[in-house]
Amino acid sequence: MIEPATNVKRSNLLPSGAIQQVLAFGALIVLVVVFSLASPNFLQFNNIVGILLATAVNGILALGVTFVIITGGIDLSIGTVMTFAAVMTGVFITNWGLPVWLGVLGGVLSGAAAGLVNGLVIAKLHIPPFIATLGMLNVAKGLALVIAELRPIYFNDDPAFNQIAMGSLLGMIVPGFEIPNAVLILFGLAFVASLILGRTVLGRYTYALGSNEEAARLSGVNVAVWKIAVYTLTGAFSGLAGVVIASRINSAQPALGQGYELDAIAAAVIGGTSLSGGKGTILGTIIGAFIISILTNGLRILSVPQEWQTVITGAIVVLAVYLDLVRRKR
Amino acid sequence: MEHPLVVMEGIEKSFPGVQALKQGRFELRSGEVHALCGENGAGKSTLMKILAGIYPKDAGRVMVGGEEVTLSSPGAALKRGISIIHQELNLMPHLTVAQNIFIGREPTRGLRFWLDEQELNARTAALFERMHLKLDPQAIVGDLTIAMQQMVEIAKALSYNARVLIMDEPTAALTDTEIADLFTLIRQLRTHGTGIVHISHRLEELKQIADRVTVMRDGQYIDTLPIAEASIERIIRLMVGRTIYEERPSRPNLGETAPLLEVRGLSRGRAVQNVSFTLRRGEIVGISGLIGAGRTELARLIFGADRKERGEIVIAGRTVNINRPSDAVRHGIGYLSEDRKHFGLATGLNVEVNIAMAAFQKFLAPLGVVRQSAVEGNAIRHVRDLAIKTPSLQQEVRFLSGGNQQKVVIGKWLTADTEILIFDEPTRGIDVGAKAEIYKLMNELAARGKAILMISSELPEILRMSHRILVMCEGRLTGELRSDEATQERIMAFATQREAVL
Ligand SMILES: Nc1ncnc2c1ncn2[C@@H]1O[C@H](COP(=O)(O)OP(=O)(O)OP(=O)(O)O)[C@@H](O)[C@H]1O
Ligand SMILES: [Mg+2]
Repeated sequence: MIEPATNVKRSNLLPSGAIQQVLAFGALIVLVVVFSLASPNFLQFNNIVGILLATAVNGILALGVTFVIITGGIDLSIGTVMTFAAVMTGVFITNWGLPVWLGVLGGVLSGAAAGLVNGLVIAKLHIPPFIATLGMLNVAKGLALVIAELRPIYFNDDPAFNQIAMGSLLGMIVPGFEIPNAVLILFGLAFVASLILGRTVLGRYTYALGSNEEAARLSGVNVAVWKIAVYTLTGAFSGLAGVVIASRINSAQPALGQGYELDAIAAAVIGGTSLSGGKGTILGTIIGAFIISILTNGLRILSVPQEWQTVITGAIVVLAVYLDLVRRKR
Repeated sequence: MEHPLVVMEGIEKSFPGVQALKQGRFELRSGEVHALCGENGAGKSTLMKILAGIYPKDAGRVMVGGEEVTLSSPGAALKRGISIIHQELNLMPHLTVAQNIFIGREPTRGLRFWLDEQELNARTAALFERMHLKLDPQAIVGDLTIAMQQMVEIAKALSYNARVLIMDEPTAALTDTEIADLFTLIRQLRTHGTGIVHISHRLEELKQIADRVTVMRDGQYIDTLPIAEASIERIIRLMVGRTIYEERPSRPNLGETAPLLEVRGLSRGRAVQNVSFTLRRGEIVGISGLIGAGRTELARLIFGADRKERGEIVIAGRTVNINRPSDAVRHGIGYLSEDRKHFGLATGLNVEVNIAMAAFQKFLAPLGVVRQSAVEGNAIRHVRDLAIKTPSLQQEVRFLSGGNQQKVVIGKWLTADTEILIFDEPTRGIDVGAKAEIYKLMNELAARGKAILMISSELPEILRMSHRILVMCEGRLTGELRSDEATQERIMAFATQREAVL
């Protein structure tokens, strides 16, 4: 009889993927320690709230894009789809006067609809995800500008809308602990995303598609349908991000959005999601999102010019991918 | 009379440039093991892929249980109870064993959306229990050896409780003990009325397991025989349409020539522990052992594909530093991987480029321009010498039949013309005719002064080809035998010589 030990080529101390997370988490701690030593302002309550708020929008986008990246695809349209969804929310609530909850639902569905189109184009017309979503990036950007008539839409008539992201449920429960709701939303969505990824059929096929699409197809999995579902889900997350960002700045800014996709993709990749598919976790993505916003925030506090911040973030992404490669090669 | 389980008639199938099936025919009864034989490229896999709903047929009829059916997708075939084990592994390396086995039909709770992972693992464990397979359902498939991955494929196909089970060379990657386990399982299934199609190039197997044999040649149906009337000689004659001349190798007297390759105390973890041996010019040394004995791991260390932890490699008296495959090639070592799909071939590229690949500098004119005519000439020669069946030199390698892909790998290393050649399961998935050619070729190479290390799980092959035999068990070298003193029994004794468990 064969001993199980000899069946396994390499024995890993940690399940694959976990090492990258540990590394990322270590990096996060190091950043916090370095910045708090470098500047007394870093650990100020207000600054921490700022970091959390800054992570919320990018984090939600990153959650969504994690799914498509695990399938071995990519979604470049998440940033402008977010804007498109924000504008739609503005149209529903301000222009049409719909109740806030209905407007929010409409915004999320607008994002999901854009994702659905992405999915259809990719799975049915067999256009590579990079091209298909690059197209959607421009379509959503243009549509947002057209619909908003090039002007921001403000939510001044509905103060409740601003409370979605900027109110503080926590502050009501624990006075003085005024963490904005946007942060709760991020963590709530992260919880939902990890349930979907780890516990549902959709999550299983997300990994399966990225690991070996052909094998899944040969096992009778309807590959096209699940791919469409994944892109739609990613679109819905962009929609949620659109609602949160609109609520946070109390307006839908049609010119905003492009560039967000790269930060979100970077967060996922730093967190250990493999661009070649099959691998990635929600926890990793959240850690990645925090690394990016802490880095941006810390460098700003240390008065590093904006341009250099961008250079450093770029280098970190490449480093993260490289570490992943090194680990896999061994 | 009861209908046969499956009847296929007048099946036609063409691919660009090849007619793979002409009037293909096949019949499967319930409760029989039906062997499908034919040379590489005869169309066996194609015929079975049509039955499994993977390829659409151009013409012909398929009947399952007496009723004509259209099998438009793998899912449709599975619904009719037809499941297939593919010749090439088709697994998802990032997922666990259990997740792979039940992909597409995961046990769920509530709304058919929430996975029941516990149930998934329990069912897999029960399945392994039935198969006498010791494997953790939660192991990640990508971490398993090829042989274990093959067992996972088999387990997956069995788990469908199919009425028709097609096995396309399931034994190619397995050793004798595992094959015996598999056959026990097949016999069990047979008594339950399952119809089993068994494709294999190991003709000796057929006597043990098959009830009938169908032979194909060049995409055509040749004949179906009950096993009692199918002697190996007769099957071979039907397969190739000629008689194969098997050359007895003459073993050279190498006397006391100095070794070309010397390996001292090579170690890496538990996989390879303190292995030392020598290899001389003109010599074929066979490495035998059970699956998991560390033979491929040893080869990969010598070739620099993995990093060694201890030990040294001496070539022609000089200690060399091999840290990566390119170092090995520079020092004249070639490695023919057992896993050609992942390491041996660029399957998306064509035949001539693949053959030239390990030695591209040979085909470069000044300024790095590729001399196309030389690439072509070289490919023509090897395609002819190795009898590679391909419609043209420009055919992408992934469209060749399994056996012909293997021959392309061999052509590649012959082009590189390295002094030391490591053949890892060189005849896996190769038909008898081609096997004889490859053996002849290896003997010629040895006679020309190359040093050959051959890893093989087939004992007859080891006994037939090797001048000297090394046996490994659990990462250690447990024995060395001269060809004249080696027998299957002695090799097996060394191969199972485990360290006493303390
Ligand atoms: N997808 C494809 N595209 C083009 N040609 C193909 C394709 N699949 C098979 N062929 C060709 O069809 C013929 C039959 O191949 P098939 O794989 O059925 O052979 P086989 O009998 O299974 O051989 P082997 O024993 O080597 O596995 C071969 O000439 C092969 O090159
Ligand atoms: Mg085949």
